[in-house]
Order: sequence, then structure tokens, then C-alpha cells
Amino acid sequence: MYRYDEFDHAFVRERVAEFKDQVERRLAGKLTEDEFRPLRLRNGLYLQLHAYMLRIAIPYGVLSPAQLRQLGMIGRRWDRGYGHFTTRQNLQFNWVKLVDIPDVLAALADVEMHCIQTSGNCVRNVTADPFAGAANDELEDPRPWCEILRQWSTLHPEFSWLPRKFKIAISGAAEDRAAIAFHDIGLKIVRGPNGQNGFRVLVGGGMGRTPYVGQEIRAYLPKEHLLSYIESILRVYNLHGRRDNIHKARIKILVNQLGIDKFREDVEADWEATHKDAIDLPDDERKRIMSYFAPPDLERRPIRDEGLDQRRITDPVFANWLKHNVRPHRVPGYSTVVVSLKEPGRTPGDASSDAMELVADLAERFSRHEARVNYTQNLMLPHVATADVTALYDILHAKGLATGNYDLLGDMICCPGLDYCNLANARSIPIAKEIAKRFEDPKRQELIGPLRLNMSGCINACGHHHSGNIGILGVDKKGTELYQISLGGNPKDDAAIGTIIGPGFRAEAVPQAIDTIIDTYLAKRSDGETFLETWRRVGAQPFKEALYGAG
Amino acid sequence: MPNVVTANRLIDGIVVYLAPDGSWTEEIDRARLAETEEETKVLEAEADKAMKARTVVAVYPMPVEIKGGVVDPLSVRERIRAAHRTTLTKDWYDVPL
Repeated sequence: MYRYDEFDHAFVRERVAEFKDQVERRLAGKLTEDEFRPLRLRNGLYLQLHAYMLRIAIPYGVLSPAQLRQLGMIGRRWDRGYGHFTTRQNLQFNWVKLVDIPDVLAALADVEMHCIQTSGNCVRNVTADPFAGAANDELEDPRPWCEILRQWSTLHPEFSWLPRKFKIAISGAAEDRAAIAFHDIGLKIVRGPNGQNGFRVLVGGGMGRTPYVGQEIRAYLPKEHLLSYIESILRVYNLHGRRDNIHKARIKILVNQLGIDKFREDVEADWEATHKDAIDLPDDERKRIMSYFAPPDLERRPIRDEGLDQRRITDPVFANWLKHNVRPHRVPGYSTVVVSLKEPGRTPGDASSDAMELVADLAERFSRHEARVNYTQNLMLPHVATADVTALYDILHAKGLATGNYDLLGDMICCPGLDYCNLANARSIPIAKEIAKRFEDPKRQELIGPLRLNMSGCINACGHHHSGNIGILGVDKKGTELYQISLGGNPKDDAAIGTIIGPGFRAEAVPQAIDTIIDTYLAKRSDGETFLETWRRVGAQPFKEALYGAG
Repeated sequence: MPNVVTANRLIDGIVVYLAPDGSWTEEIDRARLAETEEETKVLEAEADKAMKARTVVAVYPMPVEIKGGVVDPLSVRERIRAAHRTTLTKDWYDVPL
């Protein structure tokens, strides 16, 4: 993974010192709250419902054991012993004190981490396929490109005050596991006509109040032009994006108002005029950054392991976990293991300090000193020898981190909702917990098959409800929490926005409504069909009838 | 409908309520009640001074009702704020609402 050089270290330390001074001036009354607020937000510090929340950037979801251990320490020392992993592959602490923030930022800087650009109208943490560098369907590791974009976008003078926040995701694999079509810019590494890898570029995707699936602005962009082309997209957005209405300020609105053809024309014209002089990355620098992401030296090993095969037969809970949470690796004899943060009864995405430290230890012992955060709010160990999988499982299982539900119904994405968030209209965590309890039986989840259930506590859609095969959105209707259900969303390659199925449900009725939807799917599906495939074949009517009655 | 004045404490962000003695308490039951619009304005003026003194931020009044002698916020949001912590147990509806 990338390691800070002298410049990076100095830059982050200077920023910690600067914010320490700003906190001191706020506490001494030299800054008002109105003056302080934009400064703290630029450092990822929000004032939420119950307390301050600090959002820590985890660049493209990659963590070293030292970093994960430090996050655990920070949670224990300055928070309440746990943190929340987000759909931006970041970590949020919910209870930090303002007076402690400078110490927390200094502790983060010790392990090459910070909170810069985790808030504000700038380029946010670039996300990636969490299986990057390990997946067996990967054309090219996207992480070096994420790092290049991170360095380019950090305090970029032209793009630090955009009309609104800006999110980029990159995938280098056949399967999209980074929801790139729901980003302001989505990049997919593809093989070009000349046999060279480049980028398919999507633009204008997003969720929130007005969801859109990203549209293709370029089928193929040579890699060496990534920075200049993205600069042109951002420049057109920065010039023409709306600043008079926060709800219409994201690039998706501009792209859809202009139309993709006109937007492309404007971008291409800017690029044509500027790219020859723009900062396309020098080849030496590209190679330097690439070198940090050299694949670990993994010797091919036998793909079968006798102990694992035996355990699979004798232990059905292990067999279920193996089937869903252990994924093939590009090197034979290795696997990528999903460490589930979705145990029924647990807040989706929450990890205790103990759990963070344990996973840090396991990353050292079993995964070549690397851990990952998935945007679906799980942790991952990317490079585990198949022969070690059983031992790893036993340790995770003992700590409630081996629920075998990855990409099944129990693997819900869930925002903090009204239990923590100042923007939320309704709770999402208790609903997720109750649904998890209702579908706790692994056999039932297995019967249902792959299903993405996503839930948000407000229209801002941090819980990605628009892209859930089943999406739940909490709204406030005259003081009562009400939950709108949408069906048919999909975050993957054939991305789609879910369709609202009908009137909302009260909180206590939501689990039964999900049950009804699932029963309808099981009754209607043809052999081997996923929920999404059945939905696409039969449409909304059977689900509407089951939920609301005929007529 | 009576009002109480709530805020977040500056140094740690914790939810607090203006108490009868002019201090800020984490317990809503100890909050000072304003029965009229005029009384609410008095509390807001006091809270404004506390904001200038950097004791609290994000001050606002909110309506409550008294149920069996207990102060009960009207909105779900304010009940959650008053409970301070809501999601650590495995029970459905950790905060009874």
C-alpha cells in the first residue's frame, strides 16, 4: 500500500497543527461557531444529534494493521469503544470531544491517516473495488489510480470549492463491486482497441433526492490522460453547476439538464483546449506510485485443503460461511475473506475497538499485513491462504465476526439514521436489526439467494436505498416515522434505480412487508432466478398485490 | 404546550438542557419549563448568553409535554436526543417510542 513520503508527513502534520490552533481559538472565543463550522467540516468534524462525529478517510478502503489498531485505540481512548464503517469506505466516530480532536488527529497522523476532505464541497475519498489486487476477475488493480486521484485532488486549488461534494469510484474488474454508476464520476478499467488498458468513464450518477445512473461520457480514455480529462469534467461542472440551490447543485443535475451529448461536447472542447498543457501524470511518478501496490509475493499453493474439505462436510455453519464470505483469489491456493459486521442484532457497519484490533492482528497473521473496508460496511482480509481459512474462521466465529451472509439479505447496508444523524428523518438501525432477526435463519437466506437490501434514514441516501434490490427509505410524515419501500434497484453493471412500490409502512410493519415481498419472490421465481431477475421478469404488480391487496 | 431549551455542549457536543439555576443539565427531567411564549423568550435570551460564553452551541427551544410528572419531548428526534444513547443493545426499539 501507499506510504507517505516526507512531503505527505509534513503536510498532514501542518494540517493537524493548524486545526489545533483553530480549536484553541474557538474554545478561547476568538472564533464564533459560524466562523469555526466551515473549518471543522474541512477536517471531517460534524456536530451530530448526540455529540461531535469525526469522519476519518480510509483511502479506497485499504488499511494496514497499524492503522486499524490505531483506530481501535482511538475508539477506546477518545470515543466509546466502537466506530462505524460507512458506504464511502470511511470510519466515523460518534462521540469524540472537541477538546480531544487535536490529539485524535495527531494519533491519526502517526499512522499516515487524516480527515481532510471527508466533508465539504470538494473531491471526497475515492472508493474502489474492495477486492482490488486480489480478485480473479480483475483486469488491472485500480488502487494506484485511486492514489493518483487522491494526491491530485487533495487541496486542489481549482476544485476545493465546487458547487457541491464530488465522489469518484474506480473498478478494475469484470464485476462492478464499487457501485461506480452511482458516482459523480465512475471509472472502469477496460481493454482498449489498441490492446492497452484505459478507462470507461461514466458521469452524472448519484443518489440522494434526485437519483440518476451515470452515463457514459467516454467509452475509452487512455490512462495517461486520466487527470487532464477529469480536470475538464470538473472544470465544466465548476463553471456551470448550480450554486443557488443545494438540491440542484450536484453534477448529475447539470449532466441531465444539458443532456449527456452537450455535456460531453463541452468537456471534450475544454479537454482539447487544455490537456496538452495540463498536468497529466509524468510516467516516472506513475511508476513510483504503482510500485507501492506491487502484488504480495504469493506462491501458488494447492487449491484444496483436506482439513477445510472435512470441516465443510461436518459443520454446516462453517460451510455456509465458506460459501458466501470466502471468495476466490487471483493466485491459486488463496482466498479473500469477508469479515462480517452484520451479525444479527448488531448495528450494521459498527465495529468495536476490540474487533478492530483483532482484525489488525489477523491481517498480520493471515493476510500479508493488509485489511480492507467494503462499501457494503464489512471488513475484509484480501490475501488468506486457503489452508489458513479454517483457523481464521474459528477466531472470527468466537468474536461474532463470521456471520455467513455476505451479499445475502442479512448483509444490509444501513446508514446511522435518526439514532445519530442530524439530517435524518427516521431511524434505520432498529429497522435493520429487526429485519435481521426475522431473517436470522441461514437456511432461509440461502433459499432466498443473493439480495441487496439497503436502507437510509433520509432522502440523502447515505444507505444507498436507491440501489438496493430492496430499498427502504425512512421519512417523517407529520411526526411519525414512515418507511417507503422500493424494489428493483441494482448497484452493479446493469445499474438501476429502485421503483417505489406504494404507500409507506410504519416502523413495526416493515419487517412483515419485507417478508411479504420475499414470499412473493419465492412464489414467482423460476429456477435459478435471483430476486432482481424475477423482479425484472414479473414487474411490480405481484408485489403490489401482495403488499396492498388486489384493486 | 411547555417548552424547554436544548443545545449541545461546546467542548464535547453532548445534548444538554437549560436548568432552573442557569446551568446546563444532561437530564431533560431537570430542565426548566417555559409555560408561555414570554417565558420561552427569557430562556432563549439566557441560552444566547451561554452561547456567547462558549458553554453551548446549536441552541433552540422545543415543545414537551408532562406525562405522569415526567418531561416528554413531542418529536421522535428529541426523544432520541434526550435518551443520549439508543442503539447498543440487541433489543428492538431500545428507546421506547
